Amino acid sequence: MRRFKDSIYKWIFTALAFASLIFLLGIVIVLFREALPALKTTGFLDLVFGKSWYPTYSPPEFGILPLILASLWVTAGAMAVCVPLGVGSALYLHELASNRQKAILKPAIELLASIPSIVFGFFGMVVVAPFLQETFNLPTGLTAFTASLILGIMAIPTIASIAEDALSYVPPSFKEASYALGANRWQTLTQVVIPAAGSGISTAIILGMSRAVGETMTVLMVAGGAAVIPHSFFEPVRPMTSTIAAEMGEAATGSPHYAALFAIGLILFLITLVFNIVAEIISKRYRMKLGLSR
Amino acid sequence: MEDLKVRIARIQIENVNFYYGSNHVLKNVNLHIYENKVTAIIGPSGCGKSTLIRLFNRMNDLVPVSHVEGTILLDGKDINAPGVDVVDIRRRVGMVFQKPNPFPKSIYDNLAYGLRINGINDKGTIEQKVTESLKRAALWDEVKDRLNDSALRLSGGQQQRLCIARCLAVEPEVILFDEPCASLDPISTKKIEELIQELEKYYTIIIVTHNMQQAARVSDYTAFMYLGELIEFGTTEKLFTVPRDKRTEDYITGKFG
Repeated sequence: MRRFKDSIYKWIFTALAFASLIFLLGIVIVLFREALPALKTTGFLDLVFGKSWYPTYSPPEFGILPLILASLWVTAGAMAVCVPLGVGSALYLHELASNRQKAILKPAIELLASIPSIVFGFFGMVVVAPFLQETFNLPTGLTAFTASLILGIMAIPTIASIAEDALSYVPPSFKEASYALGANRWQTLTQVVIPAAGSGISTAIILGMSRAVGETMTVLMVAGGAAVIPHSFFEPVRPMTSTIAAEMGEAATGSPHYAALFAIGLILFLITLVFNIVAEIISKRYRMKLGLSR
Repeated sequence: MEDLKVRIARIQIENVNFYYGSNHVLKNVNLHIYENKVTAIIGPSGCGKSTLIRLFNRMNDLVPVSHVEGTILLDGKDINAPGVDVVDIRRRVGMVFQKPNPFPKSIYDNLAYGLRINGINDKGTIEQKVTESLKRAALWDEVKDRLNDSALRLSGGQQQRLCIARCLAVEPEVILFDEPCASLDPISTKKIEELIQELEKYYTIIIVTHNMQQAARVSDYTAFMYLGELIEFGTTEKLFTVPRDKRTEDYITGKFG
């Protein structure tokens, strides 16, 4: 009886563990299957490097370069906001903050992560966009810049908490050794602690990036939505995620437009996959460097 | 063994008390450390011996909610006096820790680091001091062909000698060893002990150890500590053969520990 129970538990947990793998495979298969017509008729290169996205014209054009560029611009802009803020917060929390400051700051940063993205979008639309429009005298406040700013703020918690973990994994004995040689706090931080945590911090940044690339609701609300190749940060853009979200409802199932949207999803998936693989490789190298694994 | 009185004291510890929070960790400790001699500090776990040597290079500055009373003189100057540069103290008083703690950098950079932070940037000078220090720490022959390898690839004993070399590179006058062999095998331990006796010619050495045989083998003077107090201090020979205090005798004969 006992053995029977044991084997049941074993099977249940095995099934649960493999569930995510099955979901992953299922999603990839569906993405490929639905995107296939678009890849066939337009061709992968024309799809990726096509300069115009006119899905409802006749004949329609499915060039997603403007969307890819929009995603990259917005992500790059978001990085400019969240890397200094996120890494800076991590360094402050780890190195300078008193226990009381930590007790306030850490939950505050985590709370930032728990704000729903639609609320961020709302905040961007109602507060940030009108402000930018007025200050810079723009035709619209819904621009790549606005989206970058909001996405950047949204990615801070990801970067700050992973970077802080990376810093706290640096053995205190490294710091002691450095101080004992006559190093000051700044030298120890920049020449011992940060290099030792470097790959962990890079992982944090890459994961923050994939968070920014994949974010949908906020960019849909604040990026402006113009599917043209952007020339400045102060123009409306239409990143990949918001294109799918905005147009999926109107595209007839099985139509070329529908397939093209799936192709966008596929490319987006590949981009974040690459980010995650790179992050994984870097963090593995880092653990080995510190002698924490194998 | 020379008589206690004729030696010049390099470090003088006078009426030192150390508190960690409300814990009275060191109680009225008086001790003289003599130049170019090895002084061992022995005693059971938790007697305050590591805390005591960490006062000599002000490593306890990093411990929150702690404070020190009394005076610690290095060459007659109070190291805790206002205006004293802690960086200068730590450069003059080097430290080797219980567990080898090389940086996750190359062997070369482990040694160069201490020089660079102390303002030495000339490549030739750094190279020369790295070589000298590795030779003096008896590690040169083992690593001379792979100075750019990660220090973490060395064995435990080699890592500890690297830490000693790293400490020597910044040219300290006093070296503190905090149980340097606690995590090493007997062969590596023997090498470190021989090295300590060799280094005695150039440096004033203080070694904290659990291991009484080790104290007897490497030191000229021994201090016995118990429950935060310094019970007895004398030449190693006398302390181990004719201890004056009952507690010292009980400890060295293995009645407790």
